[in-house]
Amino acid sequence: MDQIGLYPVLIVSAVLFVTGAAGVLTRRNALIVLMSIELMLNAVNLAFVAFSRQLGGAVEGQVFAVFVMAVAAAEAAVGLALVILIFRHRATVDLKDLNILRG
Amino acid sequence: MLEAVIFYVFALAAVVLGIIVVTRRNPIASAIALVGTFFFLAGMYAMLDAHFVAVIQLLVYAGAIMVLFIFVMMLLNLREMGEGMVADIAGATTRGILGLSAVGLVGIGIYVGLQGVAGRKLGVAAEGTGTIEAVGRALFGGSYLLPFEIASALLTVAMIGAVVIAKREI
Repeated sequence: MDQIGLYPVLIVSAVLFVTGAAGVLTRRNALIVLMSIELMLNAVNLAFVAFSRQLGGAVEGQVFAVFVMAVAAAEAAVGLALVILIFRHRATVDLKDLNILRG
Repeated sequence: MLEAVIFYVFALAAVVLGIIVVTRRNPIASAIALVGTFFFLAGMYAMLDAHFVAVIQLLVYAGAIMVLFIFVMMLLNLREMGEGMVADIAGATTRGILGLSAVGLVGIGIYVGLQGVAGRKLGVAAEGTGTIEAVGRALFGGSYLLPFEIASALLTVAMIGAVVIAKREI
């Protein structure tokens, strides 16, 4: 990986993050919004690992990537439980129909 | 040379599959594309000498989390889940343009922020970095023991919370 450098890895990370953000902002299906969030978390992990490698193998970046994965697992479990609950009550996962808290 | 070619193939595949994730109408297609993204990201982690993170990426993300997603999709009625035709085209277009321009601003910000590292090379990795031993020593022997225990408490709370939320009656 000596020939590639830090920049292309960070560009990939940024493109994946922006793709995930676009999904969160534009999609109406709650499941796809959750998957876009996973994509954003993965992009951040890639940046962590790239900087860890750039600092000569400082292991802290990889430790943080492991923590991000633990938080992502917790988030997916609770988010999907909420999706199941919402589907049971409203028979939809379309975020456009879920506006009962709108003032 | 070969390494660079492999890296760019992985990067391109990850980005294309990521775009497929957010553009498919069918959530199952999105989930399969997301599994592919995770695989190619794991390959990039392995190329960056983060072997433990690469294995955990496959086990936790491509394994556990995606099984959870696909299980929930199968549990719900798929036929009613596709986004129907958009009734209000003008509103949808406005929201799309606003959202995409916000994303574009974020992208420009990231690009400008990255200019400072453009010339920087990846250093030579120390011997044995990124192995289970190195990450495990940092987690259990360094200053990350308390965060590790808090993460396990978080996972326990999330597990109990998910069961309580999704269960019909306790």
